[in-house]
Amino acid sequence: MPTFLREASLKRHTVLDLLFRNLTRVSAFGVLMLLVAIIASLIVGSMPAIRAFGFGFLTSSEWDPVNDQFGALIPIVGTLVTSAIALLIAIPVSFGIAIFLTELSPRILRRPLGVAIELLAGIPSIIYGMWGLFIFAPLFAERIEPWLSAHIGTMPYIGPLFSGPPMGIGVLTAGIILAIMVIPFIASVMRDVFEVVPTLLKESAYGLGATTWEVMWKVVLPYTKVGVAGGIMLGLGRALGETMAVTFVIGNSHELSKSLLMPGNSIASALANEFTEAYGGVYTSALIELGLILFFITFVVLSLARYMLFKLGQREGQVT
Amino acid sequence: MPAENTANPKTIVPEIIAPKIVVRDLSFYYGDYCALKNINLSIAEKMVTAFIGPSGCGKSTLLRTFNRMYQLYPKQKATGEILLDGDNILDKKQDLNNLRAKIGMVFQKPTPFPMSIYDNIAFGVKLYESLNKNDMDERVEWALRKAALWTEAKDKLRQSGTGLSGGQQQRLCIARAIAVKPQVLLLDEPTSALDPISTAHIEKLIDELKEDFTIVIVTHNMQQAARVSDYTAYMYLGDLIEFGDTSTVFTNPKRKETEDYITGRFG
Repeated sequence: MPTFLREASLKRHTVLDLLFRNLTRVSAFGVLMLLVAIIASLIVGSMPAIRAFGFGFLTSSEWDPVNDQFGALIPIVGTLVTSAIALLIAIPVSFGIAIFLTELSPRILRRPLGVAIELLAGIPSIIYGMWGLFIFAPLFAERIEPWLSAHIGTMPYIGPLFSGPPMGIGVLTAGIILAIMVIPFIASVMRDVFEVVPTLLKESAYGLGATTWEVMWKVVLPYTKVGVAGGIMLGLGRALGETMAVTFVIGNSHELSKSLLMPGNSIASALANEFTEAYGGVYTSALIELGLILFFITFVVLSLARYMLFKLGQREGQVT
Repeated sequence: MPAENTANPKTIVPEIIAPKIVVRDLSFYYGDYCALKNINLSIAEKMVTAFIGPSGCGKSTLLRTFNRMYQLYPKQKATGEILLDGDNILDKKQDLNNLRAKIGMVFQKPTPFPMSIYDNIAFGVKLYESLNKNDMDERVEWALRKAALWTEAKDKLRQSGTGLSGGQQQRLCIARAIAVKPQVLLLDEPTSALDPISTAHIEKLIDELKEDFTIVIVTHNMQQAARVSDYTAYMYLGDLIEFGDTSTVFTNPKRKETEDYITGRFG
């Protein structure tokens, strides 16, 4: 090949390479820009409300569109409580599902069960909402809530959480529906990470005489903790931001109540319900500020999770 | 003095006085595939018995019947008898966890649990005994000393077991196995993932451990079998071809197949 031809081809390669490199750079920074733009527009949008209410917005439970008085306490509490209930139920159940699918289930059942769980994740949230409102809530009100308030409702300390009339819809119902929605996410991530645990590691624990439970709890879970925490965070992320299903069953009430059986509100469902009614001004701005708070909560939760994992690794001496 | 074996007259089996484990007519199946055919042999107490043979001969399979590890997998089954001090291991009524407290195992690759060195060793002990902190500290030190790891590990008991070198990890696994105070120690190619120096460490360790434990070792390394064992069993395609004291098997094998294998003409 003559020298000038080789040089031309080299040059073309350099140009293409440069183009490609910048394309990837633009894509990567584009995501960052988008993130910044969203935060910025949320902040700008919520400025009127921030100016009007200051930090009081976070601690006030008043929500009065007629008099333009707004406080975010009820939706914030509702979001955190429903998500906490969801995780409280979903984590142990998912752990059980994952143990069964990886260790105990007969081989022919593994695939169908695994597929069923993944299908559960694919059901649109509005269907969970409808099912929750029309099927689950009436059943819950008729069969379970009376029992809860009669038995647990009379206990000291936790009693007030389970008192009140059986209405079916409320914070607890929303939490349970959320749990059902996040189980497939957490369970399938747990199953995937449990499956890659080396056979020899499990056999070593079995070889010492450990039971399946001891092997899973003391060896497999610590070995896979990063993946498991990731799965839980995925579930939590979905629970915090879930809108449609929660809107259907939480009751959308701006009343603060101690009881989990009473209706409440969450940030996402308040936004979904009220944006169409908001007439602009402080009302709209208050809703946008709610969105900003949700964004912030999600960010804090994810950062905390990362920090916890880091600390956990340190305690085990992986980071010295 | 070789005694004729009734079940498989071709096999030459030495008489072992006061055996720890007696295997009688043991066959093993992976589904329909027969991986062990009518094995008969005895494991001498507080001696080292080595199983050698080419890949797929069933030596690891035989080892894994001694603690019924195969039972984790639904399609595997064993027939016949394995008597540990006269008590049939394969009996359905046999309590698996108890059995595994008596028979410890170390695997091809080091498998430290994802926890500190101390907790790695305490793990097995806690399954059977509730010791107070002092007794547990003593037990951990005892196991680490027995496994010749104490001097290297005593200052980092709280650090992760996965941070040790390969050879140290394998000694940690041996310490973990003996911390439970088993009677028998099964070693499944314990040095196959280790460098020569670590291998030498482990072999020296095996020599010391046989004062307290009955040891059965599977190895693909014939020199290792010759170095560490008192008895050697040569297996081929699921049959026990020859079994005798190690010096006889290696210097004066009774069977042509054994001779071919140990002289490197085959396998």
